[in-house]
Amino acid sequence: MKPPRFHYHAPGSIPEALDLLAHYAGDARLLAGGQSLVPMLNFRLVEPRALIDLARIPHLSGIGDGDPIVIGAMTRQRAVEDSPIIARRAPLLREALRWVGHLPTRSRGTIGGSIAHADPAAELPLILVTCEGSVRVEGRAGSRMIAAGELFDSMFTTRIGADEILTEVHVPAVAPGSRHGFEEYARRHGDFAIVAVAVSIEPNAAGGQQVRLGASGVGQIPQRLVAAEAILEREGLSADAIAHAAAQAAASVDPVGDANGSADYRRHILGTLLERTLTRTTAPIAATA
Amino acid sequence: MSTVLPHSTSATDIDAPIDEVAVSLIVNGKTRHGRCEPRRLLVDFLREDLGLTGTHAGCEHGICGACTVLLDGQASRTCTLLAVQASGARIVTVEGLASGEQLHPLQQCFHEHHALQCGFCTPGMLMTAIDFLHTHANPDEGEVREAMSAAVCRCTGYTGIVNAVMAAAALGPMPLPAGALPE
Repeated sequence: MKPPRFHYHAPGSIPEALDLLAHYAGDARLLAGGQSLVPMLNFRLVEPRALIDLARIPHLSGIGDGDPIVIGAMTRQRAVEDSPIIARRAPLLREALRWVGHLPTRSRGTIGGSIAHADPAAELPLILVTCEGSVRVEGRAGSRMIAAGELFDSMFTTRIGADEILTEVHVPAVAPGSRHGFEEYARRHGDFAIVAVAVSIEPNAAGGQQVRLGASGVGQIPQRLVAAEAILEREGLSADAIAHAAAQAAASVDPVGDANGSADYRRHILGTLLERTLTRTTAPIAATA
Repeated sequence: MSTVLPHSTSATDIDAPIDEVAVSLIVNGKTRHGRCEPRRLLVDFLREDLGLTGTHAGCEHGICGACTVLLDGQASRTCTLLAVQASGARIVTVEGLASGEQLHPLQQCFHEHHALQCGFCTPGMLMTAIDFLHTHANPDEGEVREAMSAAVCRCTGYTGIVNAVMAAAALGPMPLPAGALPE
């Protein structure tokens, strides 16, 4: 199992990389960390005429300490996981990263590559959708921002143009006192999730709680569980409210069954995982209420 | 197009033959140069071009971990990495662990705890464990099992491997091998 032949370019700037994309007119692939693309090449699931390696472009990695937190697209997943900024200000992202593949894949895999690949079972697109992040993409006409809710189109497909490059991932910093939880079910640790859930609970200005719930594995793209969020914001975070929200979440999704699980099975796993994660995430809040 | 394309194989004609690329690595402390097709995987470059056959090619799609080496001090899979991507990096392979006949302490633990049968997965197991132990002091057994799930063994049932890694953890902090990072 070896990759097919391709031309290889390692441009030194984004404009050069954009020129190359235009030059190959849709028949080139951008190479970030390669942890999905190289296996696809080995299997010959993709046979591009050229690879454009982004790794030699300066300033595409790094983590800013503003709000939002700006993470360079080529920042290795392991660097994000180990970042004190992320631990303090985007703890949901940090917790989810521990579920991304294994340590040796996170050494090479990048945050931007995973998001642009848009695997429906991947953790990082789910986190971006749940925390209402966004990405910056650069094209020959300039740069634009795409909100996470608009970014994912269908499985493995985003609304980033074929002539554009994802350069930054923007993650909102959480308010002090917020809580988070992440859990997924897979056959083995490190495998892609059958279903994953992400929970973020932040104090809001009105003295209440802003609840954000996301799930993957229950549709073509990661989704917010808005009906369940509304129940928790209305009924609070009691055990009854959590059970109600989990049941509503399971009823609200329309998964497609496959070899890893039927649609009913995925709905069941979603309800179970969401109830478990919410219970764990809110336990200290409930104890002091 | 007038753009100068670094590492370009064909700036003007996309149907031109694909040129070889230069690859320079520091492998186990020695500078190594080679030329290969851009599609050459690092595992094949190490094995075929440099003759370092200790690194094993197993699944060749980033699942089994047999091809794991240290790349700039971090465990990385060489079947999901092109040799040209790694150019400029420092690599430590399993050949870089022992000092002559003296096994590396982690290898000695694998030996004492019967952590291998056929040995095919062992190079990847060792490189995975060194990175994990270097970055995780005093791990519990659950953490070791989770970390070692990055590499697949089809013989041992893992008990010996987990025992060996726990024994190595008990020896104290695990330094990176010589040549893993710049002096």
